[in-house]
Amino acid sequence: MDPAPLYLSLKLAFVTTVVLVILAAPLTYLLVYVRFAGKSFFDALLNLPMVLPPTVLGFYLLLVMTPRGGIGRFWQAVTGSPLVFTFAGIVVASLVYSLPFAIQPMKAAFEKIDRRLLESAYVLGLSPLAAFFRVIIPNAINGLAASAVLVFIHTLGEFGVILMVGGSIPGETRVASIAIYEAVEALRYEDAAMMCLILVPISYLFLLLINRLTQRQIYGT
Amino acid sequence: MELNISIRKKLPHFDLDVTFGCRKGRLLVLVGPSGAGKTTIIRMLAGLDRPDKGRIQYGGETWLDTEKNLFLAPQKRRVGYVFQEYTLFPHLTVSGNVAFSAEDKAEVPSLLKRFNIWHLKDRKPDRISGGERQRCAICQAMARRPRLLLLDEPFSALDAVTRQNLREELQKLKRELSIPIIHVTHDISEALYLGDDVLPMVNGRIVRKWMVQFMLKGRPPVPERPAEPEDAYGYRDRQDLSILYNSLEMMH
Repeated sequence: MDPAPLYLSLKLAFVTTVVLVILAAPLTYLLVYVRFAGKSFFDALLNLPMVLPPTVLGFYLLLVMTPRGGIGRFWQAVTGSPLVFTFAGIVVASLVYSLPFAIQPMKAAFEKIDRRLLESAYVLGLSPLAAFFRVIIPNAINGLAASAVLVFIHTLGEFGVILMVGGSIPGETRVASIAIYEAVEALRYEDAAMMCLILVPISYLFLLLINRLTQRQIYGT
Repeated sequence: MELNISIRKKLPHFDLDVTFGCRKGRLLVLVGPSGAGKTTIIRMLAGLDRPDKGRIQYGGETWLDTEKNLFLAPQKRRVGYVFQEYTLFPHLTVSGNVAFSAEDKAEVPSLLKRFNIWHLKDRKPDRISGGERQRCAICQAMARRPRLLLLDEPFSALDAVTRQNLREELQKLKRELSIPIIHVTHDISEALYLGDDVLPMVNGRIVRKWMVQFMLKGRPPVPERPAEPEDAYGYRDRQDLSILYNSLEMMH
């Protein structure tokens, strides 16, 4: 069994999780605390990837990520290389695909925070930005952890979007889920079973770890 | 330093319309039944709420002037605000809460000792009693060296003994401070015990002004209902005065 797809899946999940938790926090803040016109449309747009078939999302992402598409052209102008069928490309696709899974638990956690805590912080001299880092984030840490778990596991199991945007280039875009599919297609059941057997405990252990962190935050032990 | 406030705001059930002032070193109490608009006033003083029309001035500084479209953000007013419910930061220890916005972090240990919460300094707010939490909240507000202290029914959720202890501590604190203190309560005896000036409120209006030092010792907190309120107190709005008396008697 080639370990490269597993390594690539873990790498993709890790990068997506880190970037998305950082990216989703201010977006969630906008959705929960800031009033602006068209907020419900913006909210629905961010959550659209959750309800779209992965192939539909992958198709549109492919269109905008090719050198002729907006994002692809910009990427090529900046880096000099194309975005589709690269690791960077599947990271971008994963970010879009998993965005709702990062936002939803965070939103629930932000909404749980008593608004008077924020008012108290403002009266105590904190700017909204300082209150975000010193009050909201520490009190929503279990929501952030839940977001990280969901995004990580969701990315680990991604298939349709990655296949559309990244194809199956060994070492670059062939992640575990695609490698498992290809192994089954080629009747290499042993390879597929081995990769599945490795993925299950990894996912389970990661869940346990985050649960532990979340409990520590809640009970302070 | 003197605080002067004159505000109007349309609230769901009545119009809030008040004008009053408070000098440094004095404790002014706004007393009245729930929903009289007391909390709205101190929220406006803190900058957390805006009136439709009005002006708030602290010394030579204007915090709010709706005519000039002037509004000073809560962060810049440097007020201490103790909320009705506990609003300590749950992720911080008692000491962390007090140090949260302390002007001088080196002062934190002495403040913790001053408010008798030094022994709780490493505990989180959910591991201390209600009275200790409010003491911590007052300590947190004081650490910012406020120019004005606002207390929104801080003792209402406490048992009688703790409440009396904290009232005594607040009396002591008042003597030490030389800033205006505005205290909101629905408890008339608390108002008369703590206040230098007491402003009873009904339906968004201050219906009279009591200067506690001129009130007779041992006089019952609820003044005798005069036969003709208009003649006895010079108030034109008989209905307001009548509502106040009814409210005060009901609270008794």
